[in-house]
Amino acid sequence: MPKKSQADVDKYLKDSAGLDTEREKVIGQHIGYRYDVNLLPDYDRLTPFLKEYMEFMGWDDLNWLEDVHMGYEEGQPAIFDRNINGWVRIPKSMDLPDNQQDRDMIARELLIRFQTSPRHPLNDLNKAYRKF
Amino acid sequence: MATLTQAAPTDEDRRSHEMGMHQEQLSGRTQQVFFDIDLNEPHHGFSLPDSFDVDFNKRGEIDASNMEAMQVNARIREMMKEGYGTIVLKNPAAKHSMAVGILNRLNLIIEGSLGYFGCGLIDGPNVRISGRVGWSCGENMMSGTILIEKNAGSQFGAAIRGGDLVCKGDVGSRTGIDMKGGNIIVGGDTGSFTGFMMQRGRMVICGNAGKNLGDSMYDGTIFLGGEPRSLGVDAVWADMTDLDRDWLEKKLTKYDVMPKGGIGSFRKIVAGKQLWNYDNLEPTEKKLVL
Repeated sequence: MPKKSQADVDKYLKDSAGLDTEREKVIGQHIGYRYDVNLLPDYDRLTPFLKEYMEFMGWDDLNWLEDVHMGYEEGQPAIFDRNINGWVRIPKSMDLPDNQQDRDMIARELLIRFQTSPRHPLNDLNKAYRKF
Repeated sequence: MATLTQAAPTDEDRRSHEMGMHQEQLSGRTQQVFFDIDLNEPHHGFSLPDSFDVDFNKRGEIDASNMEAMQVNARIREMMKEGYGTIVLKNPAAKHSMAVGILNRLNLIIEGSLGYFGCGLIDGPNVRISGRVGWSCGENMMSGTILIEKNAGSQFGAAIRGGDLVCKGDVGSRTGIDMKGGNIIVGGDTGSFTGFMMQRGRMVICGNAGKNLGDSMYDGTIFLGGEPRSLGVDAVWADMTDLDRDWLEKKLTKYDVMPKGGIGSFRKIVAGKQLWNYDNLEPTEKKLVL
């Protein structure tokens, strides 16, 4: 049986509640991920920015970014930032491609841009709590 | 003063409460935090806040013969501060907790073996270890690569979240326990309860696996080149895809751990998802916790 994400990659853009099964409706929350969490990256779709990042870090591949995917929270595309335990929302003005591979590449690039920005909350957290 | 009134519970409500079976939709307080990205903001380079600006071509050495692990870790930090991007650590003598907490890009070459918890909590460096490692190597690793030329102990890559953790030899039991991302690659065999409670990420075992492979795995993927003594609860066989084969080919070639049988010898194991039981009590339980 094809996975939901393969059947319709736009499902959670069209249906923000995304409560599929009877069980989900009863408990009022979604079970599992809203994208194919196990999807391996297609390296033919790397963006120039990501190639530059890999070179900077001394990696031949995406390394930890292989686990970064475009997620959907509160009815909006968003990327989970593990460094601050929060979701980074994709601007509504941004058109997203119709397949998860390209979306994931965008998610990876935007996440690095956000994490390296001086506006990233980790800057303030560092000032407040860093011990050494 | 206003008072809060509440209708008396019906007999049915009372019974359901007493039995802990009251159903209620979770609403209100959430732990989600949202941030917005500014697409017009210029790019500021690839360094994370407070990371050191290092040069991979600047090379230095540490002789750990007469140093405690804490001193070695502090020295690595000092050298990164001085701009060293390649550090060779000599005579580690299997001391515990060495090379931990490195949150920087760095080439770290360890000539010898490490004790327990080697290279734990790292975020960024590329580490090469010429010897063996003890328990919990790469525990809570966030990103980077660790390549071990010989064997590793138990809890290899416990709770790893990202990066490549590679052991060319055999590893002990509970490899990748509670892993939440990243790649664990084992060139040889692995012990029992490998992939126990795995939640995300990928594990590649070129040899055989012990009992209960992938026991209680919630998600993630295990690629197995040999045979398991047994599969764990809710671990099931799945079909390999072309993307899986391409990815395996790249990774195994890169780390020089391709088994004799090639990519064709690998089979895939995923979660059967029969343990995904979110019962009716969960919203109530969450509310109590919150």
